[in-house]
Amino acid sequence: MLQLVQAVGTIIIAVSLCIAWFWYSNLLLDKVYPASGANINRNLRTAANIRPWLFLGPAILLLTVYLVYPVFNSLWLAMHDARADEFVGMDNFIWLVNDQKFRESMFNNLLWLIFVPTASTLFGLAAAAVTDKLSWGNFAKSLIFMPMAISFIGASVIWKFIYDYRGGEQDQIGLINALVTALGGEAQAWITVPFYNNFFLMLILIWIQTGFAMVILSAALRGIPEETVEAAVLDGASDWQVFYRIKVPQIWGTIAVVWTTITITVLKVFDIVLAMTNGQWGTQVLANLMFDWMFRGGHLGRASAIAVVIMLLVTPIMILNMRNAHNESK
Amino acid sequence: MIKSFTPTGVRWIAPTIAFILVVLWTIPTFGLLVSSFRDKDQLSSSGWWTALQNSERNNVVRTELPSEQSEVDGQFILDGNALETGTTVTAFGYNSRRPTEFTPGETATLKNGNQLTVMADGQYTLSSDTPMDGKRGQRIFIRAEEPARFTTENYQEVMFAEGLGRAFLNTMTVTIPATIIPILVAAFAAYALSWMQFPGRAIILAIVVGLLVVPLQMALIPLLKLHNNLGIGKSYLGIWFAHTAFGLPLAIFLLRNYISKLPAEIIDSARVDGASDFAIFIKIVLPLSFPALASFAIFQFLWVWNDLLIATVFLGNNSEQLVMTGALRELLGSRGGNWEILTASAFVSIAVPLAVFFSLQRYLVSGLLAGSVK
Repeated sequence: MLQLVQAVGTIIIAVSLCIAWFWYSNLLLDKVYPASGANINRNLRTAANIRPWLFLGPAILLLTVYLVYPVFNSLWLAMHDARADEFVGMDNFIWLVNDQKFRESMFNNLLWLIFVPTASTLFGLAAAAVTDKLSWGNFAKSLIFMPMAISFIGASVIWKFIYDYRGGEQDQIGLINALVTALGGEAQAWITVPFYNNFFLMLILIWIQTGFAMVILSAALRGIPEETVEAAVLDGASDWQVFYRIKVPQIWGTIAVVWTTITITVLKVFDIVLAMTNGQWGTQVLANLMFDWMFRGGHLGRASAIAVVIMLLVTPIMILNMRNAHNESK
Repeated sequence: MIKSFTPTGVRWIAPTIAFILVVLWTIPTFGLLVSSFRDKDQLSSSGWWTALQNSERNNVVRTELPSEQSEVDGQFILDGNALETGTTVTAFGYNSRRPTEFTPGETATLKNGNQLTVMADGQYTLSSDTPMDGKRGQRIFIRAEEPARFTTENYQEVMFAEGLGRAFLNTMTVTIPATIIPILVAAFAAYALSWMQFPGRAIILAIVVGLLVVPLQMALIPLLKLHNNLGIGKSYLGIWFAHTAFGLPLAIFLLRNYISKLPAEIIDSARVDGASDFAIFIKIVLPLSFPALASFAIFQFLWVWNDLLIATVFLGNNSEQLVMTGALRELLGSRGGNWEILTASAFVSIAVPLAVFFSLQRYLVSGLLAGSVK
């Protein structure tokens, strides 16, 4: 309880500090360069040049310390040894390339990158299309969207229960194994079956991300001009043809945005693997491998090198986004 | 308007697919919810989809010790009850290979000639012509049927015995400041990036967009070292800073998108009236941006509440600092097979985000749309 009081106290202090900063720095600026007297024009200009930086100051400071500096520091660490004492050049990267677990992680990440964004986008598109004209469409959408609010670790518990396996003659209490045995198959500990277990883990992220894809694609589908659809219907196009030939081509841009957004999520995901298998049985991924080397392996150089690899994988998307934003704001 | 959209199409296809998708997407969470309220013995012996049926369970019990036997009409007799109240015997046996050989009321003759009878209510009688000896009672295998039982015991246990109650408070402690502080910092920055002219504006904006996708893995080690050097170490102060900073790119991006689209006339006329930028921001821009502020607040709340990575790195795992996601992860390791603990814990940890999600979904959706569609 004391802690919550402390937390609320922190909010009050932090918010007052922010307000005070903005208020007094503005006040100070107006005092130093008053909008009166002999130099009024020069003062106004100088004040107008400084003021934006007062507004941006706290944000720039935080972003620099917590995001920009770490990127460069990680690059530096990646070229140093376990305890960041000695410069080792590219040794960590050479070690990575030859490491069995790293190769496995790269391969698995590739699988995740191929299947999760594709499946989530497809399911999301299907969900958006079929709920579009339903009277209970919004209700359906909010249920499909719901997993988005659940933590990766909570989702892992939910799905671990679904994949649960009981040995011997016991009744299966996991949904999948119960179905499999009801259909005459043999129950298995699914998450320990090499290679295929990757897909059982991916299913969790697909379950979570489909709602996101659905919400955005649904808005895009609604934004399609009705005339194009009407014209196609008049020409005798079937429902499927209208969807596939008329609607989908018009929302390609949005589909690409959804796909890339999920791609970035996939690269960073680690909670699911940590909770479900902790990288055993051939399910390791980069983010979890990095975590492993950071905490259990205690090798800062290797852990940073893995982080740099993840960073390199998102860099193309990053550059693309930055270029778009830059062009737009001009 | 299009009315008769599908003259020839089959009208039930879309609703059917929608229904199947909804069921598939809801069942996992529903199963968790049902299971968390089931009696723990029933939960571990039958699937949650049978929660409403009577459940059958196999038990092994022993009779009273031979020393308790009584002599009646030349027979030596041990009797007692092998069941908890409220359950019924459906079969019994004395051999582990045939545990359900006899039906209640039948008399089984054991290998040593003793006779065993178990009634449906669990009352058993073991009789023998000669005095029974041995140090232990006779084993009886019983299949019993019991009515479905629901309970809130699992929740009581996880909240108090497993320390989830404390973790809940810790999560609140992390989440509330980490949601509110970035909003203010970002709003000022977004205003400057929207309505103030200065060199480098476009570049700062591009950098913010770039920072949106920087993997947090890059930040962990440098910041952990930095926190240790600054003496912050693993503390709430550190994680508040970290979450605030990591939330800023999205906050600035979302708010800037919204604030820059506010009508220019309002802001210009306020300027003409001599209002300062500070006054314009506080009195006009902030109130008008409420929907965008709410969207970001919900995003940040869900993200911080559900985060495991940053909490693991920047907070300790003692009971004063362990958050719910961390507690859940530890339970997965230590109580991996105890589904009554895991399901109840998981539900406690997802209850608040789900409540926020269902009550404020509107803002979440509009935020998502503003954040990714251009």
